[in-house]
Amino acid sequence: MAAVEGSGAGAGAGGTLFPGLADVSISQDIPVEGEITVPVGSHSPDEDYSTLDEPVRDTIMRDLKAVGKKFVHVMYPRKSSALLRDWDLWGPLVLCVSLALMLQGGSADSKDDGGPQFAEVFVIIWFGAVVITLNSKLLGGTISFFQSLCVLGYCVLPLTVAMLVCRLVLLAGAGTISFIIRLIVVVAMFGWSTLASTAFLADSQPPNRKALVVYPIFLFYFVISWMILTFTPQ
Amino acid sequence: MAAPGPAGGGGRSGAPAAEWGGFEDNMQGGGSAVIDMENMDDTSGSSFEDMGEMHQRMKEEEEEEAEGEAGAGEEEDGEFLGMKGLRGQLGRQVADQMWQVGKRQASKAFSLYANIDILRPYFDVEPVQVRARLLESMIPVKMINFPQKIAGELYGPLMLVFTLVAILLHGMKTSDTIIREGTLMGTAIGTCFGYWLGVSSFMYFLAYLCNAQITMVQMLSLLGYGLFGHCITLFVTYNIHFHSLFYIFWLVVGGLSTLRMVAVLVSRTVGHTQRLILCGTLAALHMLFLLYLHFAYHKVVEGILDTLEGPNMPPFQRVARDVPVVSNAVLNTTAKAIALTL
Repeated sequence: MAAVEGSGAGAGAGGTLFPGLADVSISQDIPVEGEITVPVGSHSPDEDYSTLDEPVRDTIMRDLKAVGKKFVHVMYPRKSSALLRDWDLWGPLVLCVSLALMLQGGSADSKDDGGPQFAEVFVIIWFGAVVITLNSKLLGGTISFFQSLCVLGYCVLPLTVAMLVCRLVLLAGAGTISFIIRLIVVVAMFGWSTLASTAFLADSQPPNRKALVVYPIFLFYFVISWMILTFTPQ
Repeated sequence: MAAPGPAGGGGRSGAPAAEWGGFEDNMQGGGSAVIDMENMDDTSGSSFEDMGEMHQRMKEEEEEEAEGEAGAGEEEDGEFLGMKGLRGQLGRQVADQMWQVGKRQASKAFSLYANIDILRPYFDVEPVQVRARLLESMIPVKMINFPQKIAGELYGPLMLVFTLVAILLHGMKTSDTIIREGTLMGTAIGTCFGYWLGVSSFMYFLAYLCNAQITMVQMLSLLGYGLFGHCITLFVTYNIHFHSLFYIFWLVVGGLSTLRMVAVLVSRTVGHTQRLILCGTLAALHMLFLLYLHFAYHKVVEGILDTLEGPNMPPFQRVARDVPVVSNAVLNTTAKAIALTL
């Protein structure tokens, strides 16, 4: 720059339109080249390729870690937004399938056809969750559809644990004591589920309508815990 | 870059707006600031090279058309304008436009029918209001000469129907009801929702015939709140199994909620016959529904079946209120008695 200005002052060209530009000279052996294209949004193709090319184990481990983190959030409900921010439906699916498998009673053509079938439990859980979500949206909630489904599905975890415990207790015997144990366990887990989901969902409602949103959640988990409590193996 | 040439280039009938509408979409690919002259859809055809190319194209396309290649108007356009790859460009643009129009139509239809905001005003309640309405549904009004106000709200009735479903499930399970075709849950939901929606529609139809001043939402709301009495009765009597207790509850609680619904309907109807029809139907359906729910899903009084059933008794069916063995026994004894007397 200084050299150019020095030569410009030395040349002293006067009376030109653009005095500053009169003496700009480009030496012949410096090629003028460059990129006119402005790379806009070139990050995303790279990102896609990077998650596409990674080994399958990494993808699965990442998803499993996310699901595990959400399980921890449900078991110790704090006011964190991780469950809401990146919702996923893997956890609810796993929980729902395992609960429905454990609740399946007897074969279809047995005479004592008393237990709920797999499809029944599955449909109850998903249909109930959809109804609660619609209800909370209609009451003026700010949470989105899938976020609400995610929270309700994850909060079935304590009830799945209760189902496991009930099954183990029933292996030991089916008397009154086992019924009392099962009752206590199921009631405790039902309370935990309801509290956990309320902690996440009630914040998104206007403050004076919390009771209106909590009641259907209470009913939903009540029906599931009642199905668990009245389960008798064949 | 030249301005787009006159759109009236001969024979261009198909969607000129579509072509020019997609102009900008086609210009730059993917965010780069460089205008790629090769792909530009400049249809002026004024440069010297383009004329030569155009003639070449026309010759080729004449040969192709002679082979009978069917095409839309875009091919004629391509032939006339003669740009390199113009036919492909136009085809792509038309397809793109059709996709966008289709998407717009689908999202319009979706937002029209699947819009839950239609239901939003019916859920605009406070918990105090719900509690007040629940209690009011058991208190019959005295003033029937003045139309009573009915709140058109759907939250309370919906929650009451779901509560009834839960109570029914409990009752079915404790009475060891066995459902042959169908599931416990499906039956409970079907019964409760079927009653609420079906009887509401039927009563609305009757109200229309009898010239009563009531809308569908109000009818749904009224009947839904009337289920509160059913919920209380069933909740108590599914757990405490005394038939006399049930009959007392049926008369008192069921009767109160029926009286309230009937009084509200009467206040909105003119004419004695119409009032009688409406209220008689509603009272009958409401009370009979409570009776049905109790007896169909209730624990059978122990001992009756034990004395009648033999070792080969088939499992208890849900709708078998008339136990076939009993009616057969009655029939047989009657036949024998008649035969003896003859």
